[in-house]
Amino acid sequence: MLETALKGNRTYWVWLGILALIIGAGFVVYLQQFKIGLGITGMSRDVSWGFYIAQFTFLVGVAAGGVMIVLPYYLHDYKAFGKITILGEFLAVSAISMCLMFIIADLGQPMRALNVILHPTPRSMLFYDMIVLNGYLFLNIFVGWIVLQCERNSVPPPKWIKPFIYISIPFAFGIHTVTAYLYCGLPGRHFWLTAILAPRFLSSAFAAGPAFLILLCFILRKFTSFDAGEKAIQTVSKIVTYAIIANVFFFGCEVFVAMYSGIPGHVVHLKYLFVDGILAPWMWTSMALMLLAILLLLYPPTRRNESVLIVACILVFAGTWIDKGLGMISGGFVPNPLHQMNEYAPTGMELMITLAVWAAGFFILTVLYKMAVTVKEETA
Amino acid sequence: MEKSRRSFLKIAGVAALGVGFTKPTLNAYASSVVGPHPQIGDKALSAHHWGMVIDTRKFHSEKDLEPIVEACHKAHNVPDFSDMPNATSAEKKRHEIKWIWGEPYHNAFTDKENHYQSHRIEHLSFPVLCNHCEEPPCVLACPTKATFRRDDGIVLMDFHRCIGCRFCMAACPYGSRSFNFVDPRRAENLKEETCPDFPTRMKGVVEKCNLCAERLAKGLQPACAEASKGAIAVGDLGDPHSNVRVLLEHNFSIRRKPSLGTEPSVYYIV
Repeated sequence: MLETALKGNRTYWVWLGILALIIGAGFVVYLQQFKIGLGITGMSRDVSWGFYIAQFTFLVGVAAGGVMIVLPYYLHDYKAFGKITILGEFLAVSAISMCLMFIIADLGQPMRALNVILHPTPRSMLFYDMIVLNGYLFLNIFVGWIVLQCERNSVPPPKWIKPFIYISIPFAFGIHTVTAYLYCGLPGRHFWLTAILAPRFLSSAFAAGPAFLILLCFILRKFTSFDAGEKAIQTVSKIVTYAIIANVFFFGCEVFVAMYSGIPGHVVHLKYLFVDGILAPWMWTSMALMLLAILLLLYPPTRRNESVLIVACILVFAGTWIDKGLGMISGGFVPNPLHQMNEYAPTGMELMITLAVWAAGFFILTVLYKMAVTVKEETA
Repeated sequence: MEKSRRSFLKIAGVAALGVGFTKPTLNAYASSVVGPHPQIGDKALSAHHWGMVIDTRKFHSEKDLEPIVEACHKAHNVPDFSDMPNATSAEKKRHEIKWIWGEPYHNAFTDKENHYQSHRIEHLSFPVLCNHCEEPPCVLACPTKATFRRDDGIVLMDFHRCIGCRFCMAACPYGSRSFNFVDPRRAENLKEETCPDFPTRMKGVVEKCNLCAERLAKGLQPACAEASKGAIAVGDLGDPHSNVRVLLEHNFSIRRKPSLGTEPSVYYIV
């Protein structure tokens, strides 16, 4: 099926060419990081995780978001999603690929990465993260590929694929739950030490992932003959609506507990993010974007208006990205365990590597979507 | 085609034989030279549970801490980037590596702050280091067992196994861990002179205080204790008659963040 991705029009190749250039440029910068060390980043003794791990966290969410299409279709036989399940699965594949690249980019000794398998340590949450992330990647490639192949051959998918599909659903919840457990099980990091972190991660995932999918559907409709259909898009947008409301609500619960109890360890991180720190304008922007998106999505006439829906989806994606891709990690590390304020800001080189990983993700996504769309066009 | 396949198989066969022979041969040499732990000599000091008692009453100014920090960092080849050429002051601070250093009371004991503090406590610099916790969160977090707790309570690092994921740094509630963001061997102080009794590190791994496990194994007191003129005592917390237990029995002491349940093995007499 891969051969379908080798035939494309000018726009397709120019787009892939641009992405390849960014990947190449980022790789050169990565070689520099490989040689010098993580010292080329803005990370420090106090903020020991930065932009890479933040992107990883956000993208695990985007990957998990794909399940919001898979679940209604396979568990509730919601037929309108039949056409777009493959998009959800392939979005998950590209997002998880980015996650794995960000993990490797973040390792001080990437050549030793396989020590995690060589010396398996089941008491470490990273051990489980490795299992669920790779498992989810495999499941989505496998299921997506088999189902698409059958569609191409005009035969129904084999029965034995069903268990893999059903397993992929808890795996989707699993990847983001375990990712939250990386953070919320650490004593002394009060910003993360909260039982609502995993639910909050999931709600933001189920908003960001499907919102991105809606945008992708509109892009596909513009550049190809693929049309997801009004009904599917409207249903996904309702999922986005309630997920983003849940996300803001969970954050509100967090703010209430911290501010009303007034316990300094909890207050100080929120105060850093929203008042004292360099991220304050970003965090307020994030809140404004998410609240505005809720208004636009909740009111049916604006939600049904395609242009407004596109804007709302961009607001959701940008709002949740700032929340998780910027604030979530710095917020936990500043102030440090000794209550000292040492700020973090990514360096240019760090941003270039980050951009290249995103480009690599979009490259994978483009190729996979090209395959899916070609098959749909062939069989239409 | 035939020929190249045959020659390939030949080469593959020889290579497989080579691998088969090399491993046991290397192992035979290896086992006679190094074991899993530093060699324990006759003079080695041992304990059920190593711990430290710091008598802060014996410190009067930050100056009193300097020789202690210097002794530790010298004994363990801790890089000093403070006079690194071509590095900005922000970079120097970010890449800093420290095993033991001084902090004001309100930074060292964040959950025991008071508005009104005695003049002495307010202006004292408290030595902080790895607490060698009984329930170390860093050991729980490490995905490769590169950081581990020995039976005698010392929390150690295997610099050769660490993948540099820095999960342990996020897990440590005391900020006791440092990461080699750049090659530590490039630091000016290590270019001049290194201590042969302890390895230098490579970039990309985490490091921290090891309670001088390598010195205890030779029957020596930890470097900080030796340089402290009696202010730091290291001994067996599991033995009621040990130096540290006697000190704790006769003096009021505190530990850092005991409410987290990590059970630090470093006690402070204030």
